[in-house]
Amino acid sequence: MNSFNILKYDLISLFSYIILVTFGIINIYSSSYNESFTSIFDYSTIVGKQIIFLVISLVTFIIIIFTKNKFFDSIAPILYFISIALLLSLFIFGVERGGAKSWYLIGPISFQPTELAKLSTALFLAKFLSIIQTDLNKSRDIFIVGIIILTPIALITFQPDPGSALVFLAFIFPVLREGLDLRFFYFGLIIFSTLILTLIFDFTVSSIILFAIFIIIYMYNQRNRFKISVLKYFLPFIILISVSFSTNYLFENVLEQRHRDRINLIIGKEVDDRGIGYNTNQSKIAISNGGLFGAGFLEGTQTKGNFVPRQHTDYIFSTIGEEWGFVGTLFTILFFTLLITRISIRAEKQVNHFKRIYCNCFASLLFIHFFINIGMAIGLVPSIGIPLPYISYGGSSLLIFSVMFFIYLNIDSSRLKED
Amino acid sequence: MLKKYLLIWITIISSFIFVVKLATLQLSRDSFFNSDFAIQEISIYPERGLIFDRNGELLVANQPMYDLIIIPENTVKFDTVELSKLIEVELTELKKRISNSVNYSTKIPSVIKTQISKEENAFLQERIWLYDGFYLRKNSVRDYIKPYASNVIGYTGEVSQNEINAEEYYEKGEMIGKQGIEKYYENELRGVKGKKYFQKDRFNRVIGPYNNSEEDIDPIKAENITLTIDIKLQEYAESLLKNKKGGVVVIEPSSGEILTLVSSPTYESNQFIGKGRTGNFQKLLNDSINRPLFDRSLQAQYSPGSPMKILNALIGLQEEVIDENTTFTCNAGHYYAKNAFMGCHNKFGTVSDLRKGIYNSCNTYFAKTYKMILDKYDTPSEGLDKWANHMKSFGLGDYLGYDLFIGKKGFIPESNYYNKFYGDNRWGSSTTISNSIGQGEILTTPIQMANFASAIANRGFYFKPHFLKKINNELALDNNKISTSIDKENFEIVIGGMVDVVDKGTARIAKINGINVAGKTGTVENFILIENEKKQLTDHSTFIAFAPAENPEIVVSVFIENGYWGSRWAAPIASLIIEKYLTDNIQRKWLENRMINGSLQSEYEKPYKNNSFTINE
Repeated sequence: MNSFNILKYDLISLFSYIILVTFGIINIYSSSYNESFTSIFDYSTIVGKQIIFLVISLVTFIIIIFTKNKFFDSIAPILYFISIALLLSLFIFGVERGGAKSWYLIGPISFQPTELAKLSTALFLAKFLSIIQTDLNKSRDIFIVGIIILTPIALITFQPDPGSALVFLAFIFPVLREGLDLRFFYFGLIIFSTLILTLIFDFTVSSIILFAIFIIIYMYNQRNRFKISVLKYFLPFIILISVSFSTNYLFENVLEQRHRDRINLIIGKEVDDRGIGYNTNQSKIAISNGGLFGAGFLEGTQTKGNFVPRQHTDYIFSTIGEEWGFVGTLFTILFFTLLITRISIRAEKQVNHFKRIYCNCFASLLFIHFFINIGMAIGLVPSIGIPLPYISYGGSSLLIFSVMFFIYLNIDSSRLKED
Repeated sequence: MLKKYLLIWITIISSFIFVVKLATLQLSRDSFFNSDFAIQEISIYPERGLIFDRNGELLVANQPMYDLIIIPENTVKFDTVELSKLIEVELTELKKRISNSVNYSTKIPSVIKTQISKEENAFLQERIWLYDGFYLRKNSVRDYIKPYASNVIGYTGEVSQNEINAEEYYEKGEMIGKQGIEKYYENELRGVKGKKYFQKDRFNRVIGPYNNSEEDIDPIKAENITLTIDIKLQEYAESLLKNKKGGVVVIEPSSGEILTLVSSPTYESNQFIGKGRTGNFQKLLNDSINRPLFDRSLQAQYSPGSPMKILNALIGLQEEVIDENTTFTCNAGHYYAKNAFMGCHNKFGTVSDLRKGIYNSCNTYFAKTYKMILDKYDTPSEGLDKWANHMKSFGLGDYLGYDLFIGKKGFIPESNYYNKFYGDNRWGSSTTISNSIGQGEILTTPIQMANFASAIANRGFYFKPHFLKKINNELALDNNKISTSIDKENFEIVIGGMVDVVDKGTARIAKINGINVAGKTGTVENFILIENEKKQLTDHSTFIAFAPAENPEIVVSVFIENGYWGSRWAAPIASLIIEKYLTDNIQRKWLENRMINGSLQSEYEKPYKNNSFTINE
């Protein structure tokens, strides 16, 4: 064990972490505040619970900081399989909250294994990709990577908590980074565009648009005398048409009405500020209420009135917007951007593959939470119930993201030497 | 390279988009939403001001009524048919109102039914709890204690969209003065509403005052109004006009205070309150025969008839074309131009001086006077304008400026009117001779008649007639003394004639023991168009009077449509009103009974029944 030297750690990230966590506590306090409030260390209050989890997190800090970083490498597979087991046994022992069986209750503490799965998948993915034989040009390895990512996604989707499952798509970034052909990414983008096209218009109109696009490309190539066989146009066209068709089918027949409503709201096909769009609308009202400097701590009327549902968890950003104004939201976004980009940039300086991939996984996870949560609060992304790391109320989330961050700190501090 | 920094770029681009979106949400002031649903604003209404009569008798107060309120979010499935029966609102209408309130907001209370009486409320209170999301809220509406002077007092009603657009003070569902004093003194009577702000939670529950009530605004108390109306006299005058169409205006000449203003047939302010108000309003509005919402004392423009002779006498004296002793001979009329004869009820060969001309109401006398007035000047235009200016100095031909919003100008013809019609000065005194006896083009309203009678009673000036006596017990002094263009001494001469009218002339029936009444009768020819055919109807009966003649305390103008000659209806009614006011005791019970019980309904029905009917019978 080395002598402890604070200067070898990424102090800027640590500073961001402390700022974000503190700001989180302040806003949880405000959004759950009422007059008959007693002590902030009272476990029965929301903010009290969050502080207790923060204390637990700090305990893990001590442990993780003094752990040799080889340990994370070796524990990864075990942790991954434990997570999968925990996710599986949720179907038997899980406690239902808000319509999803995604909680374990142990005495007064409830725990969400989904959060643990984020950590363990990141570690295991890093472990697998860092194996020297792994080659992302081989379809076998691509398949295994797919299995690693899709297993937790499938299990979580069936809890059912599709929002949290979506988060695991973040791992596409490190996988791309580690060599997956970018065509997969482009192909994904094209499919995604087709999907949106189908949702905004309908199957027939989308088919016509797609057909027109292909005709134009074909004519362009003819003029420029590129000889490409007709089949090469025909095949992708057929694929996209079938994507469009199946999107249509999935949307109409598989998704529930509430999902359809949420998607329709975002793509602008439906406007309803009092019914299905209520959450987002209230959140936007609260945020726009804040103005430049905000209403002030504990002064937000929307926050006080509990107008925004799930405000201390998923919609915590609306409290920030209302009470701290544009200054507060800008501040929050800047710190997240700083944290994510810094972790990602420092990851590239790692010589050890496992460490680099882990850091990228962590940065990607942070990004997807940041993107979906804030995007949802300001109405740019469909309403998906995932927390804003370090800020939202939620013990499991705070603990796991803290642990992930401490692991990053540990790994990062020793990036120049293997120990 | 792209792969390496993909995440970083996407993070930076996303953050940038977020910041732009947040800037539009938070930094543009009229940005996304203006209303803050978290703050409940409750208006605190001061109680609407009371209205008293000149003797302090309470005329208008307030009474509690209830509104049925819905908060759509709190409702559970309920039987609309049953609710519709319970609150007596048509099912389709009820459904419409509910869906309107849902569209407005599921969280904010909306009114489903207004003005539920105390009795209905007692019945509903026991049943409405079965319907979640509905409750009864106490409200205050007007209580018109006396069923008289409704045409003066007016009524209140729910503010219309136009009124909201016109004045931003008002919000949907509030009450506003719609007519009469209620409308004219709306600002005084309503006070200024205050505001209370409450912090709400998302269940629309108030969880406490907002910002320690620091933003709250206290309401400003409404003001009580005392009218110049004498409600007892008003009541008496209204009883005299039962079953007759017309108007009565009573003014105190020494102040211009309107003691009584009757329009018959009329409505009751209470018809605009409570259950039947919408139906009542439609009924009143649709009654095109009786036109109860039309104020005949203020809005009806009639030919004034013979009372105009008094003004012509005054103008003649002022223009010095006649004096007290000028005589004219009447041969049951006279030729005022070649082949143009104006009849008169005076006998062949009657020689009248001014006083006799007045008390016998001699057409010939005043036609000749009028002629002399106009012919005094070089052109008829000049003469007529001189004459018209004298007329206008009595407040004729224009709004009088009293404190109600309704009224008509009447009409005093000037030279440009005839010049347009006949060509420049291609007309003369004979062409316009009807003006001399109050027929022809002249139009006046009963209040204008009362007003010029008031100017005569005051011997040369009048005060702007008005209804407001006090605001909150402070005298609203209206010293708007307006002088006429006639010298004081000329009045004494014609007033002598007017006293004779009652004493020994056309209105002997108006004589009151011990009181010198000065008056002038009128019998006004009038016409109606039936199927584009001009038909003459029975004459209007009109009378102006003041008493005591030496030091007048009261001026009365009475106009009874199709009442035939002046002393048949108008003069007795005016005389009874004077007696009532000055002595508070009616000695001529027989006359009172005849007037109260007399009806002109059959006369009014004539033109609607068949095409050929006899008049003046």
